[in-house]
Amino acid sequence: MKEWVHQLNKAFENRVRLGIMSVLMVNEAVSFNRLKELLGVTDGNLASHLRALEKLEYVEMKKTFLDRKSHTTYDVSTLGRKAFTEHLNALESLLKP
Amino acid sequence: MDQKEHIEALKDIRQMMQRSVRFLSLSGLSGIFAGIYALAAAYLAYLKLESGAGRTDARGTLIYLMALALGCLILAIGTAFFFTRKNARKKGLKLWDESAKLAFINLSIPLATGGLFAIALIRAGAIGFVAPATLVFYGLALINASRHTFPMIRQLGILEILLGLIAAFVSGHGILFWAIGFGLLHIVYGLFMYFKFERA
Repeated sequence: MKEWVHQLNKAFENRVRLGIMSVLMVNEAVSFNRLKELLGVTDGNLASHLRALEKLEYVEMKKTFLDRKSHTTYDVSTLGRKAFTEHLNALESLLKP
Repeated sequence: MDQKEHIEALKDIRQMMQRSVRFLSLSGLSGIFAGIYALAAAYLAYLKLESGAGRTDARGTLIYLMALALGCLILAIGTAFFFTRKNARKKGLKLWDESAKLAFINLSIPLATGGLFAIALIRAGAIGFVAPATLVFYGLALINASRHTFPMIRQLGILEILLGLIAAFVSGHGILFWAIGFGLLHIVYGLFMYFKFERA
């Protein structure tokens, strides 16, 4: 059982996904453009990783309309927060001798 | 994944969390210059008051002091903008991003409140409380903004508040406390930030 807890999550092995989760863990309602700016990736690349995280229900997308312009923001879900924390713990425990 | 990759991953995570929340382009040089302007302004204010102008032309002196403080503030903000923009460019970051906005808004609320409060104090004739009040409100503004920039700004805020409170109970040394809080402390923290984060 202990072994299982300390397992790395495959979903976070990619650097872009790691970056997305890191930003969302400490910020609320982050826009697509803000994520793009912070991570320095292309639209397509970011979109595909966001979609993957959404599919796993780690990330939630929210669409609001501001002056008839759609504004998409992202938040980490409770499940995502739990999964990422476990991933972090696993990373740390692997570094301990 | 091996050990090295895990360390890289943790480093990435930490950097992303910090960069997305904290405005880290703020240059220490802006603090040093703000401090120098404040010391110069405090010296000019001291000379004016020593000349006895406060008794012969109270209104003129008050306007002179307020113009001095305002000029000092505008120069300090202008210089901060210049150095911070340079620093952001060097780091390849955008100057006006989400974290900069948050830091600015959180700084501005207590600061603007303090400014208006100081005007109310002047109107009420409580000139002696202007220096303590501006120090206390400035300290609160720094603490409020520190979550979105360098954590040491919080320390600076606490020192400003302490100084302001001491000044409030020790009357007659407003300019001295003002010079320490806005001059000396800015220079000390500016130097520290500059050598710790920009020269390295």
